[in-house]
Amino acid sequence: MNEALWALGRGTGIVALVMFTITLVLGIATHSGRSLGGLGRFGVADVHRTAALTGVGLIAVHVGSLLFDPFAQLRLVDVLFPFLGAYRPFWLGLGTLALDLLAVVTVVSLLRHRVGPRVFRAVHWLTYVLWPVAWLHALGTGTDAGSVWMTGVAATCFAAVTAAVGWRLLPSYGERGRTRTPRKSL
Amino acid sequence: MTTMTLSDTRRLLAAEPMGTLPRLSPDTLLALADDAGLTGRGGAGFPTAIKVRAVTQGRRAPVVVGNAMEGEPLSYKDAVLLTRVPYLVVDGLAIVARALGAHEAVLAVGPEIDPTAAIEAARTRGVQVAHLEGGFVAGQESALVNQLDGRPAIPGDPLVRVTTRGVYGRPTLVLNAETLAQLGLIARHGVAWFREAGLPEDPGTSLFSISGSVEHAGVVEAPRGSLLGDVLASAGPVHPVAVLVGGFHGAWVPATAPATRLTAHDLKPYGAAVGAGVLHVLGHDTCPIRMAAGIAGYLAEESAAQCGPCINGLPRMADALERLADRVPDPGLPSEIDRMRLLVTGRGACAHPDGTARMVASTMRVFADHVSRHLAGHCEIEGGRR
Amino acid sequence: MTRLHVDWTRCDGHGACAELVPELLASDEWGFPLSRTGERDPEVPVSLEEHADHAVRSCPLMALRLV
Repeated sequence: MNEALWALGRGTGIVALVMFTITLVLGIATHSGRSLGGLGRFGVADVHRTAALTGVGLIAVHVGSLLFDPFAQLRLVDVLFPFLGAYRPFWLGLGTLALDLLAVVTVVSLLRHRVGPRVFRAVHWLTYVLWPVAWLHALGTGTDAGSVWMTGVAATCFAAVTAAVGWRLLPSYGERGRTRTPRKSL
Repeated sequence: MTTMTLSDTRRLLAAEPMGTLPRLSPDTLLALADDAGLTGRGGAGFPTAIKVRAVTQGRRAPVVVGNAMEGEPLSYKDAVLLTRVPYLVVDGLAIVARALGAHEAVLAVGPEIDPTAAIEAARTRGVQVAHLEGGFVAGQESALVNQLDGRPAIPGDPLVRVTTRGVYGRPTLVLNAETLAQLGLIARHGVAWFREAGLPEDPGTSLFSISGSVEHAGVVEAPRGSLLGDVLASAGPVHPVAVLVGGFHGAWVPATAPATRLTAHDLKPYGAAVGAGVLHVLGHDTCPIRMAAGIAGYLAEESAAQCGPCINGLPRMADALERLADRVPDPGLPSEIDRMRLLVTGRGACAHPDGTARMVASTMRVFADHVSRHLAGHCEIEGGRR
Repeated sequence: MTRLHVDWTRCDGHGACAELVPELLASDEWGFPLSRTGERDPEVPVSLEEHADHAVRSCPLMALRLV
């Protein structure tokens, strides 16, 4: 039973990282206003949202399972406040930090029609902090850290995000054909 | 800029300063504006009473703003009011603000206008004067509210009315400087006096800014509903071909129609409106297409760069008009201009694209013969193909 | 009566709305929503309310509203 909880905790964590990687890449694609492959423009946005919410669900299981796992010995305080844990406080703390950021981004995103685009966008910038923190947490915590396949997953995710961010920074990212888009403040 | 008055209509520009201000209840103010049939003199011509009523519906004390931004390059009347009779505008604003129990009264003065006299007049009336920045669209109601609230001076979504949510989030009443001056006079002299000038359905006087091919450009006060020819006569038109009525967002009335009354009804066939009272005379030595292309180019530059169709469509429309002015032999130009005009109309937060399209449509219609000759490579004013 | 309102101060021409309610909105040559009915804010028939609602929720810039 304990083994199962431990495995569940690790598994959901890794899949959540993959989900957030997809989310971030598709978020950048959504912002560009381009359609991606067979997905329409609304499809890109829809999959971005679905991947994000799936990731949030996985993280709930990830944290929940480790909280009930006697082996992990995770205290409630470690879930809420970073860098206080007994076991690998730095790497675990990164996870807690990522969890806090995720909570803020998720709540604001769900309430985006109420808070308006300015707040939504400002808070959404946090995802560029959230993802690297979560990635480091995945790399440094737990049994799988250092294993070949885990390194492979982490490297693939890193490459995908680096490529997407690189695309975003290109001058051509903001141009859709010869269209000039409105100037929007953050 | 000189000022002139038609003989018997010296009202605004002849008014003397007032001692103590009349204290009105909100209902009295509303009744005055309503009975006088006063309409906004800033361009849209909206009934003033409806705006006033809208801000009295809110629970919070309103902010009252006098609009003297005068972003229209061919309009000078607000500048003339604020330098010649600043107390009239300030007192009008103070009377409205007091009647409505306003939280604040602000006179917004555009960058082209010297605010010194207005600041002096405002000192004892509890009115603040804000000397603001901004171009053509900065005087648009929501853009002005945004600037006063410390945001960029660009228009907001029209679903959010400033009379509901404006400066500081309070109900905000924005009235043009001339409208306030008229209101001040109505409060002083009464509705019957106001209605002695003008038409029963469009009473009072208006200021007209006359420019272009005339002997003396300037601002003239004339009764509402005056004949176009009569108002122009005071400035001495020189070889007039057509008159741009309503400014850069306006429309052309041929000079062959001087008996046109300056009323919504008579100007409608031309797609024009009295607006802020701008009359620009096109002389026989200026190519109308060249002139329209220049205006369209200016208006494209003056876009707040906020709404997609305006950002993309206005430059395209102006370019096509410029090419037509240059007699580029492309028979597709008129349809391209038409297409752009329809593509920008009704598709923006403010009326900037619509106004630009209106002026362009009027040019193509009124000067259709001239357009044909340009397409054939000839312009009787500028000569052969360039 | 429900209308689909485009807030042009927010719209960035992403074009998701024109894919979700093609009956009401086309995309102009720059990708910005173009009312098919010619009305400023096209009227939404009951049969399209669900799609219009999806479009409102999908707009990445929250530039659409049912009013």
